[in-house]
Amino acid sequence: MREDHFRFRSRMRALTDGAVTVLAILATVVVVTPLVAIFAYLVIKGARSLNLSFFTQIPKPEGESGGGMANAIVGSGILLAVASVLGIPIGIGGGIFLAEFGRGTKLANVVRFTADVLNGVPSIVMGLAIYALIVFPKGTFFPFMGHFSALSGGVALGIMMIPTVCRTTEEMLLMVPHAVREAALGLGVPNWRSVLSITVRTASPGIITGCMLAFARVAGETAPLLFTALGNPFMSTSLNQPIEALPLQIYVFANGPYEDQHRLAWAGSLVLIALIVLAVSLVRWVTSRGVLKGAS
Amino acid sequence: MRQFLLARGNSAFADRGFHWLMVLCAMSIFVIVALIVWQLVLRSQLTWEKFGIAFFYQSFANPETHLPMYWDPVNARFSALPFIYGTLVSSFLALLIAVPLAVGLAIFLTEMCPGFLRGPLAFFSELLAAIPSIIYGLWAMYALVPVLREYVDPPLIHWLGWTGLFNDENPTGLGYFAAGVILSVMILPIISSLTREVMSAVPNSQREAALALGATRWEMIRVGVLRNARVGIVGGIILGLGRALGETMAVTMVIGNTPEIHRSLFSNGTSMAAVIANEFTEAVNNVHLSALIEIGLALFIVTIIVNAVAQLLVWAVTRGTASQAH
Amino acid sequence: MGVGIEVGNLNAWYGTNHTLQDINLHIPANHATALIGPSGCGKSTFVRCLNRMHETNPIARVSGTVRIGELDIYHDATPVEIRRRVGMVFQRPNPFPTMSIYDNVAAGLKLNGYSNRRSLDDIVERSLKDSALWDEVKDDLKKKSGASLSGGQQQRLCIARALAVDPEVLLMDEPASALDPVSTSKIEDLIFELKTQYTIVIVTHNMQQAARVAEKTGFFLNGRMVEFDSTHKIFTNPSDKRTEDYITGRFG
Repeated sequence: MREDHFRFRSRMRALTDGAVTVLAILATVVVVTPLVAIFAYLVIKGARSLNLSFFTQIPKPEGESGGGMANAIVGSGILLAVASVLGIPIGIGGGIFLAEFGRGTKLANVVRFTADVLNGVPSIVMGLAIYALIVFPKGTFFPFMGHFSALSGGVALGIMMIPTVCRTTEEMLLMVPHAVREAALGLGVPNWRSVLSITVRTASPGIITGCMLAFARVAGETAPLLFTALGNPFMSTSLNQPIEALPLQIYVFANGPYEDQHRLAWAGSLVLIALIVLAVSLVRWVTSRGVLKGAS
Repeated sequence: MRQFLLARGNSAFADRGFHWLMVLCAMSIFVIVALIVWQLVLRSQLTWEKFGIAFFYQSFANPETHLPMYWDPVNARFSALPFIYGTLVSSFLALLIAVPLAVGLAIFLTEMCPGFLRGPLAFFSELLAAIPSIIYGLWAMYALVPVLREYVDPPLIHWLGWTGLFNDENPTGLGYFAAGVILSVMILPIISSLTREVMSAVPNSQREAALALGATRWEMIRVGVLRNARVGIVGGIILGLGRALGETMAVTMVIGNTPEIHRSLFSNGTSMAAVIANEFTEAVNNVHLSALIEIGLALFIVTIIVNAVAQLLVWAVTRGTASQAH
Repeated sequence: MGVGIEVGNLNAWYGTNHTLQDINLHIPANHATALIGPSGCGKSTFVRCLNRMHETNPIARVSGTVRIGELDIYHDATPVEIRRRVGMVFQRPNPFPTMSIYDNVAAGLKLNGYSNRRSLDDIVERSLKDSALWDEVKDDLKKKSGASLSGGQQQRLCIARALAVDPEVLLMDEPASALDPVSTSKIEDLIFELKTQYTIVIVTHNMQQAARVAEKTGFFLNGRMVEFDSTHKIFTNPSDKRTEDYITGRFG
């Protein structure tokens, strides 16, 4: 009796084990499928619209065929430039503070927590906040306030970059061995020079990786631009005017009724995803080569 | 050359200046968050004063249809209920779908995966996490929704229609279900990578102890790894929830954008983020604007709380066992 | 040329830990002075007080006076200024990992703004010759990174880096403890050469090493300096019983 029971239990356990293995493999397949499906769909739908005019022309008036997304590409470039100028220095500065000056202090913990809070702000809410802060207030003497503008969009994206850059910078700086810092200080190098030229420089591959990650993340953001940069059917390079962006243009075209616009949306998505894949691959390659070459 | 160095001075000024510059950068993070909160609270005052807390659950009577009405911009009557409902339904549906798959993927990657597959699969997972929301939305709208409409919804209606959750008078494929599905794809990488992290932090000695007792592989995973890592896994799930709650573009493209509440998962609905994205630039009056901003504020607060809880859970597990990681 | 060091009533703390108690001694110029003692006796802390590296730790505190030559280093100068006159070589070699050999040696000058190219070339060459590394690296100065050298070479690189700044005092905190015997003896030969130009203070747990290179030796125990005398006397006829116990191996 006991043997039968034992044999039954063993069989059940073996079956369960096999079942779980199958399920795990299934889960993996289910995960890989959407990725492959998305890529395949984008390539199929978008590749044929990727020609020179896509990159050089602005969209034609509704209903007309042809045209491109040059204004969106340029617009994204400008927005990302503004975002980087705002987000990267503040992020790196915050990271340097956390790793070099505030290590272990209560203030540092609060700053880190605040950066995490900022990271969790939904992008649409960020757009709302920047709208309220910069776009809405009328009658001020500040040149960029009171209307939709590329600057407000860049600011929204820049703020979104800060937590990622800050966190990565801190992590990378903490990985620099203490001995390297001591060597610099022991030579009579002032602290600010030691931090910048030695510690930050040693950690720079990792810090740059963090900046690239933040950059890639905000490059695809649409929601914060809805009420800040707003969008612009024409080519514009002014910071003081509404400006188009690639993800924004894709959104508007995808929702519109015109087949031509849909084609452009697909092509634009292909370009966007190609950039993202490039960025992610680059980041992986840099980190695999070893963030701190020969430091430890 | 010592003369040169002696003449260099002590740079105390530069050191202090640098220190304060770094402090300034750190402080500006505070200032930014404070500004965001201030503006959200300020600009939602109008509806807060008008409706109070009832804003989040009230409903109005539509004189013509005698059905509850929630969102009436023209008459400046607003209730956030359908948006809260839609956000919660789509997010929890997403969790329901994503969690088993994500945990399954994590188990596969950490415990069963042959070495050569691990790198590429992890890379794919990272790619999935990096795809912008708009592309998910685009793909969902044009590829996923038709597939759901043709192949997935009818069988569900046929077999599970009796639950009341799967009825569809006007099959478009849009609705809470479509939103839940695309959200699940989006949050899956987050949950999976965090689960992998906490599973890796479980020391090998736990696995060996289970095996030594005669456990099968699944039993070893269940007892030796998952049980130890479950707090962190819950943290990863909550983090995924946080992401799903705030997701805008993909949701707004497939949820149907109808400010109503229906039981069927196939009916058109809405979400907090979606309504803001859709209506903000065409807001009819100041109360409308204020209502949208108040929804944004509510979303902000909920997301902060959810993310804070998630961080705490994950931190509790990975920090404590980091020294034992194999 | 080296200068003498005068230490008066030096006390040091790490938080509440009273690491050094009432240290008084005179370190002669252009000599090598060894500091010996069991682990944790405070000799490393003492040496780090001589170039104000001790206070880089936020919970560290110091009282008393240290005079290097005429200069009271705690009251008449800033840490940065002091560290340009008092060089340090650490226990584990720590060349700057992202810099070439040339840049490593020149770091103390370049990071302080010195940019005269030709002069730097001379300084780098002279420092590397003084640290007996020149012949091994002279063809790869700018091509190889500091971290690509062997352990013994890295330590000599760190010595060259410290010498390039032309300090008056050179502090060495167990410089050979992480190295193999061949590299160790090379370093000891170096110290013999260098002490004619600089004042050297070397911390070591290796008593034979102290006997080989230093004219004077100080024995530290539990944060106090028990005995300070000529090396010969310390090792053959110590005045204090605790010193005798240590050097005969009864503890430590």
